[in-house]
Amino acid sequence: MQIPVEGFMYPNEVELQWSILIVLYPFITGLVAGAFILASLERVFRVEAVKPTYRLALLTALSFLLVAPLPLQLHLGHPERSLEMYLTPHRSSAMAMFGFVYLWYLMAVLLLEIWLDYRRDIVEKSQSSTGVARLVYRMLTLGSINLSERSLRIDERLGYFITVIGIPSAFLLHGYVGFIFGSIKANPWWSSPLMPIVFIFSAMVSGIAAVMLLYMFSTRLRGREIDMRCLDKIAQYLFYIFVIDFSLEMLDLIQRIYEADESFRSLDFMVHTRLWVSQVVVQILLGTVLPIALLGVMQIVTVSDAFRKRIYVLAGCLTVMGIFAMRWNVVIGGQLFSKSFLGYTSYKMAFATREGLLTAIALLILPFIFLLVLVKLLPPWPDAGSVPASGATPAHGTS
Amino acid sequence: MPGAWRGKANVFKDIEHLIRLAAVMAIALVAFVVLRAAVVPRSFGQYGHYRGAAIAETAARPVAFAGHDTCEACHTEVVDQKKQGKHVVVACEACHGAQAKHADDPASVTPPKLDTAIVCARCHEANSAKPKGFPQVATADHSGGLACDTCHQPHKPKIESAEKTTAGGMK
Amino acid sequence: MDITRRRLLMLLPAAAVAWRYVQAGTPEAAPNYKLTEHWWGMLIDIPKCIGCGSCVRACAEENDVPEGYFRTWIERYHVADWKIERPDVESPNGGAQGFPPNEIDGKNFFVPKLCNHCVDSPCTQVCPVGATFVTPDGVVLVDKTYCLGCRYCVQACPYGCRFINPKTSTAEKCSLCYHRITKGLTTACCEVCPTGARQLADLKNPKDPIHEFLRTHTVQVLKPHMATGAKVFYNGMDGSVR
Repeated sequence: MQIPVEGFMYPNEVELQWSILIVLYPFITGLVAGAFILASLERVFRVEAVKPTYRLALLTALSFLLVAPLPLQLHLGHPERSLEMYLTPHRSSAMAMFGFVYLWYLMAVLLLEIWLDYRRDIVEKSQSSTGVARLVYRMLTLGSINLSERSLRIDERLGYFITVIGIPSAFLLHGYVGFIFGSIKANPWWSSPLMPIVFIFSAMVSGIAAVMLLYMFSTRLRGREIDMRCLDKIAQYLFYIFVIDFSLEMLDLIQRIYEADESFRSLDFMVHTRLWVSQVVVQILLGTVLPIALLGVMQIVTVSDAFRKRIYVLAGCLTVMGIFAMRWNVVIGGQLFSKSFLGYTSYKMAFATREGLLTAIALLILPFIFLLVLVKLLPPWPDAGSVPASGATPAHGTS
Repeated sequence: MPGAWRGKANVFKDIEHLIRLAAVMAIALVAFVVLRAAVVPRSFGQYGHYRGAAIAETAARPVAFAGHDTCEACHTEVVDQKKQGKHVVVACEACHGAQAKHADDPASVTPPKLDTAIVCARCHEANSAKPKGFPQVATADHSGGLACDTCHQPHKPKIESAEKTTAGGMK
Repeated sequence: MDITRRRLLMLLPAAAVAWRYVQAGTPEAAPNYKLTEHWWGMLIDIPKCIGCGSCVRACAEENDVPEGYFRTWIERYHVADWKIERPDVESPNGGAQGFPPNEIDGKNFFVPKLCNHCVDSPCTQVCPVGATFVTPDGVVLVDKTYCLGCRYCVQACPYGCRFINPKTSTAEKCSLCYHRITKGLTTACCEVCPTGARQLADLKNPKDPIHEFLRTHTVQVLKPHMATGAKVFYNGMDGSVR
């Protein structure tokens, strides 16, 4: 298919290399990192108010983490060779580190933390359930059914320790994606030391917003009362981190405009034309300024719970949409202009192919299917009532 | 001391699940190491972080252009003709295309006749970006649509006298 | 081509090797080719390029380059007066069929481009598995049986010389006709260039004319601020060239 080119592009640059699937990947790992940071707020930083979302945040992180490699596999020319990244990783390549960072985060952080937190429930269910479920739970116990005080205390300490390691690990999981782009000197839209930092903060924003929305949605679905103290605290943290994220992105923008280097004229034109809707309207105005304003106002004025919930839903949805737009603008935007700074191309997104829109939509739905399975297998909410009982509970997590 | 020993046994019992987990991870690690030894290509790392055999494989590709030395080994009369003119610097295959197959089997693989209207124009059609000293013409004005080899002999392009060479064909 | 000292030096063993290949029928690297004795580069003489496109076509034929992708290509520049930072550039089908005639005043010239076979190549730096690499004799190659097709190298190349071959789904680019230069032949593009605008250079060979040329001419590399260690040298290159 003929791709229309405006101006001049090097002949091999006309066709985009990285498609919507590569937009999806940082979006998904961002949600993972963000959800985990929310969970760690309670576990490490003792923000007790957000406890009701602790387990849900972990399961959300896991659901998305399981889907994360799929867009990459579907994008590769030879997915059957992807094992080479584990067998002969090229140590100078940030992408080679993906396999190990992902595996580390999956095995040593997320799965381990979930397992330790849920172990009591798993052992109990392995004895009380029947059929296939019993088999699954028995496998998950790894054959050990010891639930003594000391073993649970050891789990608690170890879980705390893992969460502490998990925070920099989550930063690494998503920060390295920022580095993959930020370290490419050939592309001035990407090349920046700020890139990993911006990615991490926008990841936290999207993850926290996603868990907030999931908490509200799932609680309503189960016909329970939403814990407003929890929700307000989450919204507050979302607001603070969003302000930092916005400041970083504005700093990058202002510096670019001021320095106006060789690439500036070309990039500026691109933003004003091809990226106008996705960057200025969707990402900045609707996806950042508006949610920050909404959340900020909620910090100051006093309104009814019902009204505040609606505002949070709106802000949360806009946030998630805005962060997706940010990934789009980075990945697709970085390929729309020529490295000669003399021309532009277009992204012709396919629909029903391996790298098409339909695949992208399916990959966005899949984590929720995984989440559905996980919340059935390992329910993250208390059985009776949704407001956590005050006072000490013997094992952490059964809030 | 029986009391202390019972305490130690209890410790192991209380971290039994962690020991089992560690065992699973250790098995996975060993499996990975074994897999790696079996699957990574032998020549990997020979010269650097890549499959060393790839160098020889790349070098073993068949060539499509024979190179003018090969052409000149047989077509000596053309060589002599070219030596007298400006096209001595132009390789045979620049106009005649890749001829390694012909060099391999001169009898059965014969190069096709060239259409000089196309071949000559590629270099000699006037263009403002071509170096000023380079011979170039606006072919429509220059020949009025006639094929270039009507007047020019491509192997020795300069026209010595007003006489035309064999009309419409190459010598 | 002019019979220079270099040509004479290459003529005899090249003819012998080529003849042996022609007779044997099966291609293989010349048995006396030693990796450590060579350090390959190229010289491009811009005032000599006539934009005929022979190099682009020859490369495509020699290396089975798919339609619409380019291991080498030619750009035509038009620089109006002092507007060095805003040239008009075009490359219709990479210049494979030459360029349509035009009559524009001002500074116009052709620039052939290809992989620069960088010493500190950013593309080999980012390859996650080691499928693209710099050989001991200075050529950047792609191992297409090992390449995943992740396209990171294509993004990392500042010169836009890499692409993904749709038939093999692996990365591909100019290989400096490695299968030819290891047999004593020159690259396909240099072979067919009618004006000598493109010349293969062996920087480790003290008798190679490039050394004298570099000493006596003003040469540049593309995008020197990227510090890639490019080994394709451009003589007479205007400041407007991107």
